[in-house]
Amino acid sequence: MIPVLLITLPIFSGLMAFFMKGQSVKSWALLSSFAVLGISIWSLFSDANLLSYSQAWLPSLGSRFDLTMQDGLSKLMCLLTALSFPLVLISTQQNSSNQSPHFFALMLLTQAGLMGVFLAADALLFYFFWELALIPVYFLCSIWGGEKRIAVTFKFFIYTFVGSILMLVGILSLYYMQDTPSFAWSSLTANASKGIYPNWAFWLFFLAFAIKMPIFPLHTWQPDAYEQSPTPVTMILSGVMVKMGLFAAIRWLLPLFPKATEQFAWVIVCCSVIGMIYASLLAIRQDDIKRLIAYSSIAHIGLMSAVIFSGNASGMGGVMIQMFHHGVNVIGLWIVANAIEQKLGTRSLSEMGGLAQKAPTLSILLVVMSLANVALPLTNAFVGEFLMFNSLFKYNVWLTAVAGISIILAAVYTLNMVQKVIYGEVNSLTEKATDTPFNVNFSLVLIAILIVVMGVYPQPLLDLTKDAVTQLFAQQ
Amino acid sequence: MNAIIVSAVFGVLMMFASFLVNNKNVYRYLAIIGLSVLLLANILETYAIWSIKFDSFLQLSFERFGLFFNSIAIAATLFYVLLSGKDIVRVGNYSAEYFVLIFFILCGVSLITSYNSLLMLFLGIEIISIPLYILTGSDKKNLKSNEAALKYFLMGAFSTGLMLMGIALSYGAVGNFGLEGRGVVAFGGSMRVSFLEVAGLLLLFISMSFKASAAPFHFWTPDVYEGAPSVFTSFMATIVKATVFIGMIKLLEARTGIFGPTWQIILPLMIVLTLAIGNITAVFQQSVKRMLAYSSIAQAGFMLFALWSANDMGREGILLYSVAYTLATVGIFAVLVKMKDYTFDGFNGLAAKQPLVAASVAVFVLSLAGIPLTAGFFAKYFMLASAIKSGAGVWLLVVAVVFAAVSVYYYFRLIQAMYFKEGEAEMFEQPTNSFKGMLAIFAVLLIVLGIAPSLLFNYLYF
Repeated sequence: MIPVLLITLPIFSGLMAFFMKGQSVKSWALLSSFAVLGISIWSLFSDANLLSYSQAWLPSLGSRFDLTMQDGLSKLMCLLTALSFPLVLISTQQNSSNQSPHFFALMLLTQAGLMGVFLAADALLFYFFWELALIPVYFLCSIWGGEKRIAVTFKFFIYTFVGSILMLVGILSLYYMQDTPSFAWSSLTANASKGIYPNWAFWLFFLAFAIKMPIFPLHTWQPDAYEQSPTPVTMILSGVMVKMGLFAAIRWLLPLFPKATEQFAWVIVCCSVIGMIYASLLAIRQDDIKRLIAYSSIAHIGLMSAVIFSGNASGMGGVMIQMFHHGVNVIGLWIVANAIEQKLGTRSLSEMGGLAQKAPTLSILLVVMSLANVALPLTNAFVGEFLMFNSLFKYNVWLTAVAGISIILAAVYTLNMVQKVIYGEVNSLTEKATDTPFNVNFSLVLIAILIVVMGVYPQPLLDLTKDAVTQLFAQQ
Repeated sequence: MNAIIVSAVFGVLMMFASFLVNNKNVYRYLAIIGLSVLLLANILETYAIWSIKFDSFLQLSFERFGLFFNSIAIAATLFYVLLSGKDIVRVGNYSAEYFVLIFFILCGVSLITSYNSLLMLFLGIEIISIPLYILTGSDKKNLKSNEAALKYFLMGAFSTGLMLMGIALSYGAVGNFGLEGRGVVAFGGSMRVSFLEVAGLLLLFISMSFKASAAPFHFWTPDVYEGAPSVFTSFMATIVKATVFIGMIKLLEARTGIFGPTWQIILPLMIVLTLAIGNITAVFQQSVKRMLAYSSIAQAGFMLFALWSANDMGREGILLYSVAYTLATVGIFAVLVKMKDYTFDGFNGLAAKQPLVAASVAVFVLSLAGIPLTAGFFAKYFMLASAIKSGAGVWLLVVAVVFAAVSVYYYFRLIQAMYFKEGEAEMFEQPTNSFKGMLAIFAVLLIVLGIAPSLLFNYLYF
């Protein structure tokens, strides 16, 4: 029952929002996102029988409307989706995009699509939601984005669309390889153990996920898309949507193609590590704060994808909690970046300086977010990153050594950003800067608390994802 | 047999109406009534409640599949007249005659869905083609329309020649026109395929590919579709094209074996060629109308999959494809007719001026591109799934979906123009509320079929 609510509630409130007028829609969207958050928290404590739902959908095609959030990974991802929307909506109240009812309607529909991806237990349904999450985002970015929004969003759309229809071909070919064709996750994975799925099908799936993550040679859409999207959407894109790729790799790719994964892991791990270094180096050179965060995000995702394909059980646990933490942290960074942009009207680091004097609270919070981005001990990111490097180390020492450089580079670009933004002389532009309004501080403080608490006491999340990890490794 | 007779009768009735009454609205209402009656008659026959019967000497046979397609074609025409009726009567001075021709085309459609002999197939194709030549040239004062009609006629006559040649050769092989027993023939004590039959069926296939505008027989399509009055383009690009595919499937589905392994090369090659030419050329078009013409070639490429797979799923798929493609294309054309500027830029800013119209067009475009939640997705899905079920190589599917991604490029330009660009989007007249309502119904139908495509098939096999 809970999975259905998680999807239908945002769809319903999103459709309603299309017909609303004026300011009431803001409260409506916020209310809906809080309700979803409530349900998502409820799912952590509820009975197992409430956590899945099955309904005949297309009997002639062998597809069912199957949703499940039995394991910790789905719960965690739904929680991230549910948590990020209120944070985003609260902290971007003043943005120019957040004034139209259509904006909120499309945002809520995006949430429904994301939830569907994390919940689907049927391959065709999964594909459905995978595409559906994209359509509202396409409109959001193209309507409210920056100057080059139309071309950039289109590139993003075509990229992901190509990936996803290749995945559709993959799904179809797997479907007919079974003795009794079915799209159900359980049936597909049960047949996978017989080793009947060929390697090229692995690549059809992988491409879709790799584009979404994105992994090194396929990442070119991402910095542009992050830069040009309206910031609330960027937050969702980098906080939640890229997790779709990582999640899908864990949920579908690994159980479906254990052999192919083993065989090709080195290619993917190498690409991921190259991507980490490459993106980190590019991040150092960025002047635009949004692009800097975008590249830093590629570097972080690179590590996660490397561990997904090479990792041991503890590493996989690290990836799962890191998916959550990276989502929270990066949204925190975006909120700061957005606040700065709103205040100063620029995103260029070279024009900033001296914010510590003019906006001390914001500066402190920026430092907290930045330290979490560097994965300093006592912040939440440290736990996941440690587990992941540990696991990568066991896979290949040399790759770990190269990947390790990215930790240093992360410190370089993040601290460089902090330095340029909050220290230095106050210039004419930052003269008028003041501290941020209550709603921004509220979200940031909430995130800061999460960062510290989860950094000191990570056990609850590790416990939550334990069953997903065990299940994954039991199958292989 | 209901559809054949009732449509012919209404065709004649409308002809009389043209000189008995002199009121364009009356023609339109008469046509709507006629189409409703026709639909009802066909449905009655589908469910074996009431039908006109006489012995056709095995020339015709009525199966559920064909009858069901009749219903789709008639219902689509009814929707088409409801949506664009006012634009049809406005094309020229002979308003009633346009409806007459449409009724005759429907008569040809029902012949093609029920033929049991090559002669009837020929009759059906001709009854469809000749009215289409006239409709193409119906904008008499327009040079382009004249050119298109002449071009269409000349090329069409040529393909008719090929078809007759094919039928003659085929007849020579077996000694009759019947569909049954086609393919293999007793020859010197053993069963084998006659060369005449192979040549004959191949010629038939080619001439029908011409009508369906599959590459490399597509050259007439862009010019004819662009030159013809837009209202009629939408009719011939959708209902007529789908019918030709039904005819092709009926003819070749069980008989592709006689072509031997060559068929496994010819058809995939044609599919790839059709998809490539249609999609890639459409990318470069500036006029929406011309883009739709090329995109209709591209869509034909997908429909060819049904012929390749030759299984039940392909048959279901071609029905769904016809519905999805027809609704979307007729809808877009209905809006296009009202635009002053046929280029993409002409649609700039439509969303701000006409939110409902723009939203409907967006749904049509998404459906044509095959995005989930619209009928277009399942249409393409059925085609791909049926092909893979029949053992198609995955490379073919990958090529097809890559071209589907290319199609997103040009379809979405329309969405970009309407929603993301500033502009005036001038129209000849403000769309009436009933027009907007019909468009919205089209869009809702597409979405409903996109969530539950089985709704359509539940009536096919009960």
